[in-house]
Amino acid sequence: MTTPLVKMVSITKRFPGVTANKDIYFELRPGEIHALLGENGAGKSTLMNILTGLYMPDEGDIYIRGTKVKFSSPRGAIESGIGMVHQHFRLVPTFSVAENVIMGSGDHGFFVNMKSVEEKLARFSGEYGINVMPGSKIWQLSVGEQQRVEIVKMLYRGTNIMILDEPTAVLTPQESRELFATLRRMADMGKGIIVISHKIQEVLDNADRITVLRDGRYVDTFSGKDTDSRKLTMAMVDRDISFGQNLADKPKGNFILRLKGLTVLGDRGQKALKSLSLNLCKGEILGIAGVAGNGQKELAEVIAGLREVAAGDIEVRGERFTGKSARAMIDAGISLIPEDRLGTGLVGPLNIMENSILKNYRSGEVASGWFINWKRVREYAHRLVDKFDVKTTGVDAPVRMLSGGNLQKLLLAREITNDPDVIVAVYPVRGLDVGAIEFVRNILLRQRDTGKGILLISEELEELFMLSDRVAVIHEGEIMGILDREDFDLERVGRLMAGEREEGAYERAANR
Amino acid sequence: MKDPLIVVLLSTAVIAGTPLLFAALGEILSERAGVLNLGVEGMMLVGAVSGYIATVQSGNHWVGVIAALGAGGMMAAIHAFLSVTLRANQVVSGLALTIFGTGLSAFLGKGYIGRPVPDVFKPVEIPVLSRIPYAGKILFEHDSLVYLSFLLVIMIWIIVFKTRWGLNLRAVGENPAAADSMGIPVYLTRYLCVISGGMLAGLGGAYLSLAYAPTWVENMTSGRGWIAVALVIFAVWHPGKAIVGAYIFGGVDSLGFHIQAMGDKALFLKDVSPFFLQMLPYILTIIVLIIVTSETKKRRVGTPASLGLPYDREER
Repeated sequence: MTTPLVKMVSITKRFPGVTANKDIYFELRPGEIHALLGENGAGKSTLMNILTGLYMPDEGDIYIRGTKVKFSSPRGAIESGIGMVHQHFRLVPTFSVAENVIMGSGDHGFFVNMKSVEEKLARFSGEYGINVMPGSKIWQLSVGEQQRVEIVKMLYRGTNIMILDEPTAVLTPQESRELFATLRRMADMGKGIIVISHKIQEVLDNADRITVLRDGRYVDTFSGKDTDSRKLTMAMVDRDISFGQNLADKPKGNFILRLKGLTVLGDRGQKALKSLSLNLCKGEILGIAGVAGNGQKELAEVIAGLREVAAGDIEVRGERFTGKSARAMIDAGISLIPEDRLGTGLVGPLNIMENSILKNYRSGEVASGWFINWKRVREYAHRLVDKFDVKTTGVDAPVRMLSGGNLQKLLLAREITNDPDVIVAVYPVRGLDVGAIEFVRNILLRQRDTGKGILLISEELEELFMLSDRVAVIHEGEIMGILDREDFDLERVGRLMAGEREEGAYERAANR
Repeated sequence: MKDPLIVVLLSTAVIAGTPLLFAALGEILSERAGVLNLGVEGMMLVGAVSGYIATVQSGNHWVGVIAALGAGGMMAAIHAFLSVTLRANQVVSGLALTIFGTGLSAFLGKGYIGRPVPDVFKPVEIPVLSRIPYAGKILFEHDSLVYLSFLLVIMIWIIVFKTRWGLNLRAVGENPAAADSMGIPVYLTRYLCVISGGMLAGLGGAYLSLAYAPTWVENMTSGRGWIAVALVIFAVWHPGKAIVGAYIFGGVDSLGFHIQAMGDKALFLKDVSPFFLQMLPYILTIIVLIIVTSETKKRRVGTPASLGLPYDREER
């Protein structure tokens, strides 16, 4: 048997308050694509940051091609032929492709002749069948192209062990297929490829072997041929996934939120919503289906009072709320689970306590007059964290240290504890792993059952069909049709999403 | 033969602009590596006073220059330690150093105020070049430090844009995480750039006390360090544009002096308050900053992307 390219034995890494890696074993052979699978926060990135010399392990040994190594900085790892393509690319946007590739390396003389470097690079990337334009500036390139630059950069450095962190998260399906074809070519040339992922299907389709981590520990290594998605899921989450059952229709309450002929302008002054009408009842989940960018963002924002109404009316419980401020909307019981958790939803550098009271800092529960009672806030934050199982080192930790799933849990905890009547959830499970998705969906269903009205904006039809009582399809700022649960049909929704209007369907469902 | 007025004006603009140029070149190095140094004013003052003292004590102005380089470098090393290693706020650290430098230079220079410089930098005509009509007089009849500044502009331009070092140092200023992952020593690069930047600021100060003035007066930079910081923005972090900018500011700076010297020949300008004329460079600074920043914002060029941001490898 050939010597493994990488062997990591009994790796342990502790951060203040958490053990990110505990006694982990990992092995990479030449010529294989090896997936590192696990939920967010399972310790995949930490392990790879150790391999690339960014972190020093507290315990354990690393062997590269059978030789024991100890990296004190990324330089040592680079010299051993290890390269990593991070999720957030390590590129200088104002530099050209060629400049990004050669920076930090010493093999082109003191005075750099960019022309000859560019020619050399074009030839080099051609050998691997990767198409990059060495002269273009990084900021001019698409995300997929930038990722190719990262890969070329690694290859140019003589990387034999390439690590890719969630490489398909930012790619279209076509780009993803292309990426894996490139990776396969590289593996066939004898290189070792590690792909960090939490997407089970993608891993099954492309990886030769799969190592699963859970809660910072090693679970098992599977052969891609001999495993299936059920086994991998079990290994990843150690429990059977069951999404809450969405059973028969509940009796519908009254309209809680009505949008009447709402017209709203987008960021570039275009009409993002065109005379849109929609009714949300108590105790229902109304799904909004549509291709991203058809007015979903503006719809959520106008309901939350974050965007101006150009024409039309918003009614909450029959009362006119058009043009009211965000605070008025919050007080009216409207809650927004925004798309960008760390931009609109939470404040990264602030800690969990502070974030937990962003919306109810005025309430008697945590404030007395002008002053905030931090002792009560601490108790309050502890309650949220416990109740929603947010994994954290403490309520004093800045929220940007939390993983995506835990951010969303905290956000939901804050919103739902305020007991809103209407919840507008925008892509609430985007970027989350299986366990967190289950958690978020179950919360939405429970809230529906307690009589809240939920507007669920999602791009996954499967999810919408599973959770929604009705699905409205939005296209270019207009509702093309609204389907009841018994009428859910992929074909039909697909046609509506493409802009074909259904006569009658709209009126029937809207006026129910 | 008497030189035309414009030649005299431009020639003094070069001299008045030279201390600004040294300081601005230093600031370009520092900022290109991502460290904002607002301690320039303090570093210039400390450079000016140590250059002056060393020259008085040794009788040789080159000893003074070396002392100024060393003093500026040491001040900058404090800034580098605070802002790179300890990741302190760069603005606060820079301001603190300016205040510290102002006090320190006044303290050191106490016994020296008004004493003559034994070995002043004197103009040296460059053979051949100084015979070029107009340009020769404007550019090539100055002291050796002016010629040194010409060389530095070319050297820094080549290093920053044409060499491996420059590529690495710009990468550190744009995206230190990317540079680090490519094996570029981020902290070392930043230290070197900040310290050499401080040395140049010190040299700019010494130019004031050994060639321009030449004497020591408390607080003699009178805000030139701040103008140099603004000049870097005006020059979009480019040494070639910094020299042009420095001479424009130098020209405005010496305008008041010329107008006073001209007396009645200055026509209506003679009635303008000298205080107003002294104010001109600072007004120009504000105007230039407004225009240039709105322009660069539009074209998205210039500012090193990580300017002012400390780098921490294990930060997530």
